[in-house]
Amino acid sequence: MIEALWGWPPPVFDPAGPYAESVTTLAWVLLGMGVAVTAIVVAALWVALRGPDALKRKLGGERTVWIGGVAFPGVVLTALLVWGLALTASLTADITGDEMRVRVTGEMWWFRVEYLDDDGNVLVADANELHLPVGEPVVLELQSADVIHSFWVPHLSGKKDMIPGRTTLLRVQADRPGRFGGVCAEYCGGPHALMGFVAIAHGQDDFRQWLAGKARRQAASAPGGGAGRRQFMDSGCAACHRVAGTPANGLAGPDLTHVGSRQTLGAGILPNNRGTLIGWIGDSQSIKPGNRMPSYDMLSAEELEDIAIWLEQQK
Amino acid sequence: MKSETGFDHDLYRLFPTHRPRPKGEVEELERIWDNPKGWGLLTVVNNNYVGFFYVATAFLFFLLAGILALGMRVQLAAPLQEFLPQETYNQFFTMHGTVMMFLFAVPMVEAIGIMLLPQMLAARDLPFPRLSAYAFWAYFVGGLCFFASLFVGLAPDGGWFMYPPLTSIAYSPGINTDFWLLGIGFIEISAIAGAIEIIVGVLRTRAPGMTLDRMPMFAWAMLVFAVMIVIAFPSVILGTLLLELERAFNWPFFDPARGGDPLLWQHLFWFFGHPEVYIIFLPAAGLMSMMVATVARTPLVGYRLNVLALVATGFISFGVWAHHMFTTDMPRISAGYFSAASMAVSLPAGIQVFCWIATLAAGRIRWSVPALFIVGSVLIFVMGGLTGVMVGMVPFDWQVHDTYFIVAHLHYVLLGGMVFPMFAAFYYWNGMTSRNPLSERLGRWVFWLMFTGLHVTFLPMHLTGFMGMPRRVYTYLPDRGLDLLNLVSTIGAFTIAAGVLLFLLDLARNFRFTTDHDAGNVYGGGTLEWLPTGMYSTRSIPLVRSREPLWDDPAICDDVAEGRYFLPNSATGLRETIITSPVNAEPQYLQLMPGPSPWPIGAAAFTAFFFLSLTVQAYAFAWFSGVVATVCVLRWLWETDRPIAQKEADIGAGIVVPISVTGPRGHGWWALNTLMVVMGMIAVMGGFSYLYLYGIHPEVWIDAPPLGQTALVAALLAGAMIAARLARYLLSRHEAGVFPGQGPWLTATASAALIVGALYLDMTGWQAAGLAPADSAQGATVFAMLAYQACLAAVGVIMALYLGLRSGRGLLTTPANVTMDVVGRFLFFAAAQGLALSLLMRTIPG
Repeated sequence: MIEALWGWPPPVFDPAGPYAESVTTLAWVLLGMGVAVTAIVVAALWVALRGPDALKRKLGGERTVWIGGVAFPGVVLTALLVWGLALTASLTADITGDEMRVRVTGEMWWFRVEYLDDDGNVLVADANELHLPVGEPVVLELQSADVIHSFWVPHLSGKKDMIPGRTTLLRVQADRPGRFGGVCAEYCGGPHALMGFVAIAHGQDDFRQWLAGKARRQAASAPGGGAGRRQFMDSGCAACHRVAGTPANGLAGPDLTHVGSRQTLGAGILPNNRGTLIGWIGDSQSIKPGNRMPSYDMLSAEELEDIAIWLEQQK
Repeated sequence: MKSETGFDHDLYRLFPTHRPRPKGEVEELERIWDNPKGWGLLTVVNNNYVGFFYVATAFLFFLLAGILALGMRVQLAAPLQEFLPQETYNQFFTMHGTVMMFLFAVPMVEAIGIMLLPQMLAARDLPFPRLSAYAFWAYFVGGLCFFASLFVGLAPDGGWFMYPPLTSIAYSPGINTDFWLLGIGFIEISAIAGAIEIIVGVLRTRAPGMTLDRMPMFAWAMLVFAVMIVIAFPSVILGTLLLELERAFNWPFFDPARGGDPLLWQHLFWFFGHPEVYIIFLPAAGLMSMMVATVARTPLVGYRLNVLALVATGFISFGVWAHHMFTTDMPRISAGYFSAASMAVSLPAGIQVFCWIATLAAGRIRWSVPALFIVGSVLIFVMGGLTGVMVGMVPFDWQVHDTYFIVAHLHYVLLGGMVFPMFAAFYYWNGMTSRNPLSERLGRWVFWLMFTGLHVTFLPMHLTGFMGMPRRVYTYLPDRGLDLLNLVSTIGAFTIAAGVLLFLLDLARNFRFTTDHDAGNVYGGGTLEWLPTGMYSTRSIPLVRSREPLWDDPAICDDVAEGRYFLPNSATGLRETIITSPVNAEPQYLQLMPGPSPWPIGAAAFTAFFFLSLTVQAYAFAWFSGVVATVCVLRWLWETDRPIAQKEADIGAGIVVPISVTGPRGHGWWALNTLMVVMGMIAVMGGFSYLYLYGIHPEVWIDAPPLGQTALVAALLAGAMIAARLARYLLSRHEAGVFPGQGPWLTATASAALIVGALYLDMTGWQAAGLAPADSAQGATVFAMLAYQACLAAVGVIMALYLGLRSGRGLLTTPANVTMDVVGRFLFFAAAQGLALSLLMRTIPG
C-alpha cells in the first residue's frame, strides 16, 4: 500500500497552501459555532425539562422564540454570511493568466495530467500525479473525457467538478514541499472508490528541472529494449497506452512515458515497484474491479516480468 | 367574526343541540360506512384502512432500505472488504437513497396525513377516497416491483441523484437506469395524487368553525407539504422524462456535443431535490408541534409564528437548490445568492425549534416514549441543522462536499427531523388504530438504542469526511486512519437496527389493528382525532371553537358521540361529508362520497404495469396496460357525478345546505386547479430548460418556422379555448334537468380537435424548418415539449368523447355539471398552455 498521505491530522485541518488555509480557519470557527449553539440548546432543553420554575417561566414564552429562533441566528448567520461571501470572492479572485497551467482530465477511473506551455501546447503528458512548484499558484484546467468527476486535494484547496463539455478552472498553491493525496469526489460509477492521485510539491528550481527533464524525455527515444519492449508491443498494450519515442501511441489509457518515475499505480492505489507492476498487468481486474484494463493473465510470469522491467525504465 | 360565505354565525349557538336523537342513526352510519370483508378489503377506499395500509407499506420500505444500509456498513467495516461486490454495493447505495426518499419518507408523511387528517379535521373521509386508494395501490405495486429489481441485479446504480452522463445510455447501457427513471417517475405521480387530495381535504373538509387560525399544526404542515409537492415534483418528473427520452431515442438534452448540458439535469433534479428535504421535514415538524403540546400539557407557544415558519420554509426552500452545485464552478454572484438563501432557510427551522423548547418550558412534561423521542429529535435536528449552516458557507462546502461529512449532516437532519418524530408519532397515535397501547418499557429501550446508535454511527462520520473520505465509495484503502472510524460507524448502525428490531417486537406483541375499539387517548391530546370514532369517523361533526377543543370543552366527547353536533346521521342515506369554506370553515354543502370500488386498484395496478413494461421494453403489454388503466379510471368516474333527486339536506339543528355544487365552490374545481398547477409547472420547467440550453450552446440553434404559420397555430389554439368556454356556456343556458341536445359535448370535441390540429401544424412546421429531435438540444427540447402537449391533447380527446358518452346516456345535468366543468376547464387549459409553449419556442430565439 502507498505511504499514508491522509491519516492524522485530517487534511482539511492541515492546509499546505493559501487556498486551503483560509478555509481551515473558517472550518474551526464554524465548528466552534456548532458546539456553542448545541450547548445553548442543551442548556435550554435542560431548563425547560428540569430547571427551576423561575427560569422555566422566563423561557416559556414567545420571547424565547424571537430571541432564540430569530434574533440570535439572524445576527450569527449574517456575520457568517458576510465573511463567507468575502472569502468566496477572495478565493475566486480573477485568474491573471500568467500562472502555469496544467490540464487535468478526469477519465473513468484515472486522471490524465498534461503540463501546458505558454501557448497551451502539451509540454509533458503524464497521469495520476500532479507536480507543483512550491509558493507559486498553478491554474488547473479541469475537463472530463466521459462522465462527471471531481478534483480534490484537501491539503491544497476545495474541490471542483470536471464536467463534460466544460472547462472549469481551479487554482492551487502549495507553500511547503510534500506529497498530498487527491481523489475523485464525484461518484463516477464502477470503481469510483479507487480513483485517486498524488500531488507532489517541489522547490521551484527542483520543479523546473523536473519539468525540463520530462519534456526532454518526451522528445527523445524510449530507453531500454529487449524482451520487455517487444512483449509490450506484441501484447496489444500499445493500443491504449502511449510511450513517447516508440510506436506505442494509444490514447485511451494513461500515458506510460514516465510510468517508471511515478509513485503509484492504478490511479493512486498501489505503490509503484516491479512486484506491483507485474501484479497490476497480470491481474488488474481483481485489484480494481471494473477498470478499463483487462487482466493480462494469459501472459506467463516471465513475460509479465519482462514488461515490468521495461516499464520501470520509462522515467 | 365576519362571515366568509354569508353563513350566519349565530347559527353556531344552536350547538350542542338538546333534543334527543332518534334511535338507529348510529346503526345506519355503521351500515353505510361498513367495509367489504375478505378479498373485498382490496376494494376499500376509506381512509382508516387505506391510511393504515399506506403507513404499513411505507414502514416496510423503511425496513428494507435500512437492511441495505446495514449491508453497506458491513462492507465498510474494514478496508478492502469483499462482503458486497462493487456492482452490488453501487446498487445498494443507490437503492438506499432512492427507497428512503421516494418509497419511505414522502409516502410515509403522506400516509400519516391520509390516516390522521380526516380525524383531526373531523371529516368523514378525505374528499376523494378513490383517489387515495389509487395513489396507495399505484405506490404499493410500483414500489414493490421497483425494489424487486435488486433481486435480479437490475437495480439502478447511478446514485439516487442519477447525474448524466453517467446515467446516459453510453455509460449505463443496461435497463437498471430505466427502472429508476420510470419507477420513480411513476411513484411521483402517486405522490401528486395524494397531494391534491390533501390540499383539497385540508382546505375544504374541516369541521365547521375550524378557521385557519384554529387548524391543528399538522394540518398546516400538510397543506404546505402538499403545495410544495405540487410545485417541486413536476421538475423531477420533467427531468426523468427528458433523461429517458435521451436514453431511448437519443435526444441530446444532456449531451454537450450536440448542444445539451449535463448541468441542466442537476438544476431540474435539485429544484425538486432540496424542497424535497423540507417536504419530508415539515409534516414531521407538524407532528412534533402537536405532540409537544400534549406531552408538555399546554398549548403550543407561538402558534402563529410556527405557521409563519412553515410557510416561510416552503417559500425559501425553492430558492436554495443550487447549493448542491457549489463545486460546479457557478458564477460568484449565484453562489452568493444561494449561500444567503441557504442561511435564511435555517431561520424558520430555528423558530420551530424554539417554539418547541418554549412550550416544554411553559408546561410540565409528562415523561413517556413520545416525549423521549421528541426531546431526542430536537437535539439531533439542531445538530444536523448546524452542520447544514456550515455547508451553506461556500468555501467550507468546497472542502466537505461529497464527503462523509455530508453523509453525517443529512442523516442527522433526516433522522432528527423526520424519523424520530415518526417514531414518536407511532407511539403517540398508536391508540387511534390499535386495540392495545404500545409498551412504555420496551419503548424506552427502543429510544435509547436508536438515540445512542445514531450518534455512534454518524458523529464519527464528520471526522471521516474531514479526513478525506468521499461518499459513495464501495471500499477504501487501509492506512488512511479511516479503519477505526468506519468500524465504529458500523457498530452504531447495528445499534440503531437493534432499536428498530425491538420496536417490531413491540408491534408484534401489542399492535392489533382496529377501527372502533381502539386504545384511545393514552397521552391526553386535545385535538379532534381523539374524539370517539368508528369507520364513519365521529358520530356527529363538532363545532370547533378553539385550537384544543378537547381541553377546552370537557363535554365535547359525549356531545359528539350523542349526535349533538352537525350531521348526526346520514342526511341522504349515502356516504357524505360537509364541505366548508377555505378560511373560516363555514358549512357550504354536503358532498356525496363514493364507496368501495375495485376500479381504483385496477387502474393503479395497470398504471404500474404500464410503466414497468415500458422499462423492460415489452411495448405491446405496455399499450395494453395503458388502455386498461384508462378504462378503469373512466369506469370509476362513470359512477360519480350522477343526477340526484335530493337537492338539499338538513345537517343538524335545522341548517339546510345544498348537495353537490359546481364552480369555484365545488371541491372538484379546487382539485382540477391544483392539477393544472402541476401541469403548468411541467411546462414552466420545460420552458426553463429550453431557455437554459439556448443560453449554454446557442451555436446549435436554428431559426424558427415562418411567422405566418406561428400565427395560424396560435389562432387554432385560441379557437380551442373559445370552444371549450362555449361548451360550458351552452350547458348553462338550460335551467334544470338533463341537457336535451348534443351541443356541449360536440363543442368540447371540436375544442380537442383544434388542439390536435394546432399540434400537427406546429410539429410539421418545425420539421419543415429542418429540425429533428436527435440533431440538437433545440430539436430535443422542442419535440419534447410538443410530445408533452400531445399527451394533454390525447387526454383532452378522451375526455371530450367520455363527455359525449355521458351526454348520450342522459347524465349531463343542467345548468352545471361537474364532468362538463372539468372537461371544459381542462381543454381550455391545455389550449392555453400549448399556446404559451408554442409562442415561446417560435419567438425565442427570434
